[in-house]
Amino acid sequence: MPANQFNGFTEYGIGVGLRLPHYDHILTRKPVVDWFEIISENYMIDGGRPLHILDQILEQYKVVQHGVSMYFGSAEKLNRDHLRRLKALVKRTKTPWLTDHLCWGSVDGRYTHDLLPMPYTFEAAKIAAQKIREVRDFLEVPIAVENVSSYAEFHVSEMTEWEFLTEVVERADCGILLDVNNIYVSAQNHSFDPRTYVENVPAGRVAQIHIAGHTKYRKYILDTHDHPVIDPVWRLYARAIERAGHTATLLEWDDRIPSFDEVHNEALKADKFLASASLAAAV
Amino acid sequence: MSLAALQRRMARAVMTPLTASDNMRPTAPDGRSMRAVAAAFIKPNDRLTSFERLEIYNRQYWWRVLASLAEDFPGLRAVLGERRFDAMSKAYLADCPSRTFTLRNLGSRLEAWLRKHPKWAGSRQALALDMVRLEWADIEAFDGEQKPPVQPEELGGVAPAKLRLALQPYITLLDLRYPVDDLLLEVKKGAEKDFASNAVREQHSKKRVAAVARLKPAKIWLAVHRADNSVYFRRLEREEFLMLDALRRGRPLGHAIDSAFRRSSIPAAAEQPAKIQHWFHQAAAMGWFCRASQTAPKRSKKKP
Repeated sequence: MPANQFNGFTEYGIGVGLRLPHYDHILTRKPVVDWFEIISENYMIDGGRPLHILDQILEQYKVVQHGVSMYFGSAEKLNRDHLRRLKALVKRTKTPWLTDHLCWGSVDGRYTHDLLPMPYTFEAAKIAAQKIREVRDFLEVPIAVENVSSYAEFHVSEMTEWEFLTEVVERADCGILLDVNNIYVSAQNHSFDPRTYVENVPAGRVAQIHIAGHTKYRKYILDTHDHPVIDPVWRLYARAIERAGHTATLLEWDDRIPSFDEVHNEALKADKFLASASLAAAV
Repeated sequence: MSLAALQRRMARAVMTPLTASDNMRPTAPDGRSMRAVAAAFIKPNDRLTSFERLEIYNRQYWWRVLASLAEDFPGLRAVLGERRFDAMSKAYLADCPSRTFTLRNLGSRLEAWLRKHPKWAGSRQALALDMVRLEWADIEAFDGEQKPPVQPEELGGVAPAKLRLALQPYITLLDLRYPVDDLLLEVKKGAEKDFASNAVREQHSKKRVAAVARLKPAKIWLAVHRADNSVYFRRLEREEFLMLDALRRGRPLGHAIDSAFRRSSIPAAAEQPAKIQHWFHQAAAMGWFCRASQTAPKRSKKKP
């Protein structure tokens, strides 16, 4: 499944998150990178340097938009002003698909700026799926939703997280941005087998994969995106690739960001897994 | 419990201020035990109680918004001192939580809030307000909208009495009582320097702030603007400020010039025409003028 309707039938390889400390390196050295992922909200502005940089990047690289504040899982209605700003950015970047999280983060117009976990209920799945459809119809671009890391579970949940994710994406008929680091983090925090999660997501809907590092504390793990990817996460990635095929992959590194080359080299470790997936598909 | 009810309950808990030692408060705003509140909707596991799991989100919320505000207002932090700034930030964010998808707007209500709560700045209230206004203008200039600048040929033949121009939306005009532009630049420069420790930097900053606070208030006029995608603070003459401010308010050019020189000490015939020509030329060269829209003009940041 190298390309599907959920990633605009593209065949993107290994990408890196576009981050401020790397702007100068990228624009002056012009490294060979398959694609960059941008945080949509950083460019949903009216003018200035960020948009100037983005336009320069767009001249030379493929860009995919990743959002952090759509809050598909919020009980509140979608924010139309937010959608209009996002659509203007979609037109600017020509992103072949767009991703955001299956979570919530605002109530009564007050924003937590966090990716808060969903209760895994049929009511929540129905609400989230309806919003995803509305966003896709408004933006006219394929949508893929990302599973988040979580530190809490709710009494009201009626199913597992992977069952909930499946319920939402089937109802919305959308793609999945499968974050294997988030699966690992949540599995450790909630004591489930992360392989069961990977085995049970609908592989045909996986449009993109995220890999990242995290921080281990005594009683829980935090999704901090400030370390290299650990071996157990690479193993989950390998299995996800086996099931979904050669899939666009993105390394997230958002805090204590090292040099561009270090981040890029870490991302390129995914190459050997993608190569074996391509080989398997050819055989 | 419905999705809406669960989210309202969790958001209320997450946005409740932390204790002085950065833990979740034992009592919810409605007086109930926070342990009972958490246990009612969050499952415990074999390592963490419901309270402890909710506390992770509570801490992350506050650490995130406090860090963002501190990053946006290093000048105010220097004026108030770190401890007072941190305490003020908690009070401000409890009263004025974020209402947009972007943390960029977190400080948009800080000036108004600080005016209502003068106890935080005490004897440095005027200096603190000047600094907040400058730092918010800095944010606006960084990523504000840029409209197509008016070209000189577009102005030909229009009488000054009828010519209306607008200023670029990213420009803020400020009348200030302290030279906070110099102070802010020093604070930012200090933050970039490789000081041996935070304590040394804090000490350096304290001395500079104290020196500025001792100054007798003396008005300065400033345009906070953007050129080549960098933000600049440009000192203006009083009459230049008044002329630009009148244009910003939607007044025709002729009226703007008249009001700028109404109580001016600049000799009328000898110097005023040259001054006007110079200011106008400079502003036009920097692309500050754009077409006046039909919508209400943006208000200048004048003190009430």
